[in-house]
Amino acid sequence: MPEQLLRVLTCGSVDDGKSTLIGRLLFECGAVPDDILAGLEEDSRRFGTVPDDLDFALLVDGLAAEREQGVTIDVAYRYFETPLRRFILADAPGHQQYTRNMATGASTAEVAVLLVDATKGVLAQTRRHAAIAALMGVRQFVLAVNKMDLARFAEAPFAEAAAEVRTLLDRLGGHNLTAIPVVARDGDNVTRPSARMAWYHGVSLLEALEAAPIPLPPAAGPARLPIQVVLHPNATFRGYAGTVLGGGLRVGDTVVNAGASTSARVARLASMDGDRDAAAPGDAVTVVLDREIDVSRGDVLATAPAPEPTQQITARVVWMDDTALFRGRAYLLMLGAATSVATVTDIAGRLDLDRMAEEPTRALAGNEIGTVTLSLAQPLVCETYATSRELGGFILIDRLTRATVGAGMIIRIQPNGRAIYWHRLDVDKAARAALKGQRPAVLWFTGLSGAGKSTIANLVERRLQALGLHTMSLDGDNIRHGLNRDLGFTEADRVENIRRIAEVAKLFVDAGLIVLVSFISPYRAERNMARERVAVGEFLEIFVDTPVEECRRRDPKGLYARADAGQLRNFTGVDAPYEAPDAPELRLRTLEAEPERLAEQVVAELRQRGIIT
Amino acid sequence: MPPNFPAHLRALEAESLHILREAAAQTARPVLMYSIGKDSSVLLHLARKAFHPAPSPFPLLHIDTTWKFREMIAFRDAIAARYRLDLRVHTNPDGLRQNVNPFDYDPGIYTRIMKTEALKQALDAGGYDCAIGGARREEERSRAKERIFSVRGPDHVWDPKRQRPELWHLYNGQRAPEETLRVFPLSNWTELDVWTYILAEEIDVVPLYFAAPRPTVERDGTLIVVDDARMRLRPGETPVTRMVRFRSLGCYPLSAAVLSDAADLPAVIAEMRSTRSSERAGRLIDRDQDASMELKKREGYF
Repeated sequence: MPEQLLRVLTCGSVDDGKSTLIGRLLFECGAVPDDILAGLEEDSRRFGTVPDDLDFALLVDGLAAEREQGVTIDVAYRYFETPLRRFILADAPGHQQYTRNMATGASTAEVAVLLVDATKGVLAQTRRHAAIAALMGVRQFVLAVNKMDLARFAEAPFAEAAAEVRTLLDRLGGHNLTAIPVVARDGDNVTRPSARMAWYHGVSLLEALEAAPIPLPPAAGPARLPIQVVLHPNATFRGYAGTVLGGGLRVGDTVVNAGASTSARVARLASMDGDRDAAAPGDAVTVVLDREIDVSRGDVLATAPAPEPTQQITARVVWMDDTALFRGRAYLLMLGAATSVATVTDIAGRLDLDRMAEEPTRALAGNEIGTVTLSLAQPLVCETYATSRELGGFILIDRLTRATVGAGMIIRIQPNGRAIYWHRLDVDKAARAALKGQRPAVLWFTGLSGAGKSTIANLVERRLQALGLHTMSLDGDNIRHGLNRDLGFTEADRVENIRRIAEVAKLFVDAGLIVLVSFISPYRAERNMARERVAVGEFLEIFVDTPVEECRRRDPKGLYARADAGQLRNFTGVDAPYEAPDAPELRLRTLEAEPERLAEQVVAELRQRGIIT
Repeated sequence: MPPNFPAHLRALEAESLHILREAAAQTARPVLMYSIGKDSSVLLHLARKAFHPAPSPFPLLHIDTTWKFREMIAFRDAIAARYRLDLRVHTNPDGLRQNVNPFDYDPGIYTRIMKTEALKQALDAGGYDCAIGGARREEERSRAKERIFSVRGPDHVWDPKRQRPELWHLYNGQRAPEETLRVFPLSNWTELDVWTYILAEEIDVVPLYFAAPRPTVERDGTLIVVDDARMRLRPGETPVTRMVRFRSLGCYPLSAAVLSDAADLPAVIAEMRSTRSSERAGRLIDRDQDASMELKKREGYF
């Protein structure tokens, strides 16, 4: 019976023979049943690339689409065991989207197997694979130099590849390397020694995997228990369920809800098999405390020294989405059992994997890695990734598509007290507004160019003036002459454009004013970001709804004509997208009413919401 | 957990408990798919463990094709009574009305109507936003890339290209109102892990997994157990009593038995370790076409 579980990442470039190697490994470990083998014989005849022989690659190329195209497109997991160990193998494809796949596979791996074609040597891609695995925290590497038969079983190309990877890993810092010459197709040095390479006296691939040390968590370290669920089935029982991280937890230990000052002792470690005295890191437990303290999902129970929650972190971020990451964009961040809104406040640079150096950038595109600072709406308990993969690794989620778009590894935690200090002022927003006898608000007019935003906003402001209210207008065109003079019309610049406007609008709201903003603001994400800058109820999204055909017909500034002629690039509605609001507070259909009527509608809405009387 | 519990099973158990707790915390109306088989038995056991001493927050859903082994139904009802489970059973009423059965219909069509369609009906009717299943990645090669938290689009459709990357032990359960989740806590388990765990934890399973003399006919190279009078015998077929057991359970006319003397758990595990055929070899519904599991999954099959 295997006593240990080892998670392994396998990575290689196209045509290095990775699928063949894995297929061979599974076959020789007896993980391929006879009926699957019979299927393999048929598949080999139909799709195989090895004439008159079994194509082991077909054992692991999973989806029908892949088998027909002969490529793998996603991380696949394989399972096999030997009398010594049970293995989980994350098989990451080496070409398309390799950064994303490699990062996913490496996130849980203890060992990475790098595959190199002996006739091609170490490629740029091999170096990138090694760098990503190292960044994700893998400390042990096995280099399998494959297709030794095509290199006439000579030692030189093998030694060369091994030396090159060793130098690379030394530069990445403190990694173990075992290099093995193999012929995946025939099985040389896969599980058995090869008779064809007498110069090699080292272990086979399987022996290397069986011998790789499994890093044990320090049992004496401080324990962290991120709470997943609070169990409260009846008045007498209250338990906190989660997976123990860091160090072990024992009955009698003193814990605090990190960030709070009250402590309690562990009274019980409850389980269906009966209570336990102690739990090890990795155990899923239910903790009962000796007194009631306030704990809910996402909190972290910790033994001393307890970490302080933070609202600002800097992390290596692997970007996984086709839509780029920009400064000012907000995402959902998941870490441990906690979730918070996280706004990108800075992108320090993008990592060049070939030089392992950072270069300045304004955005992170898909499959790029960069250093990003995030500001968190809720304080979170975290650790650096070097201390804890589980409390130092997080994912970023797009709030509209809900897809996982990024993965981050924390490198710096800004202690909450030392974040940029917020100066508390005695005269606040309410005081300023009260003096003016009004409630501040942002009226955010969004819509296509030529939709009538500025026209209507202008009419609304005149009416508010007449009512004796204090207002301020921010108009897209006008602001671009001053504050935003340095910005163009790329997606990154548009995001920054709106970020600045949102901040300015917020300052005017703090001044107690009613702010009228007329900006195309084509992206939902930025409009939502602007909304979150101010208090609930202070933001009115007003969709000036004019069909693009009508805007083009009106074309007050002649911009559509220029865009259609190709003289203007990235023009919203022509070659740049406009994301219409899902649920605006007000929708003004300009084809159905005159601007004066629509302005009245806005004023009526403000009355109804109690913003004006 | 007994002291001699293998370390790797301990790690797999902890991971599954973590996943079940995430499913409960991130969804509003989760349901546990209960198919009565060994994987479902382990899944149910883990769901009880994850929330102990609170009851498992998941009601059980069984899709009953009406062609399950009688012993399976008896076992299901006994387990539900013993643990006082909220068991919900659904059969496709259209299929029942049209008498869709495994004899007159091609296995592919029968499975689509009585299992896939029935499952979608039950999930829609219950308004479930999360269905927890016992599928394992090792079972079949198109499952090797399935996520632990898998998003299904409108009409429960699985789009392999829209699956989210899953890193560390962070499971993104965010979904739009028209989307649902499938959660697979046993993703990283193998068939052998399941049996060793059943032995270590003394989990009850349907007796059909153990060898016993049963009336069988040999059909298309497989052994089919004649479970009730509805079995249509072909000319020349006469039931013969043989010592057989099952590695995988489903509708009796479509489940192939294997000749075996393994009458208890240690014997089953010993047989597992020496066997040379795959567990799904006994599933007649997977043979109908190449990549058939992937096709069925795209349509919404578990």
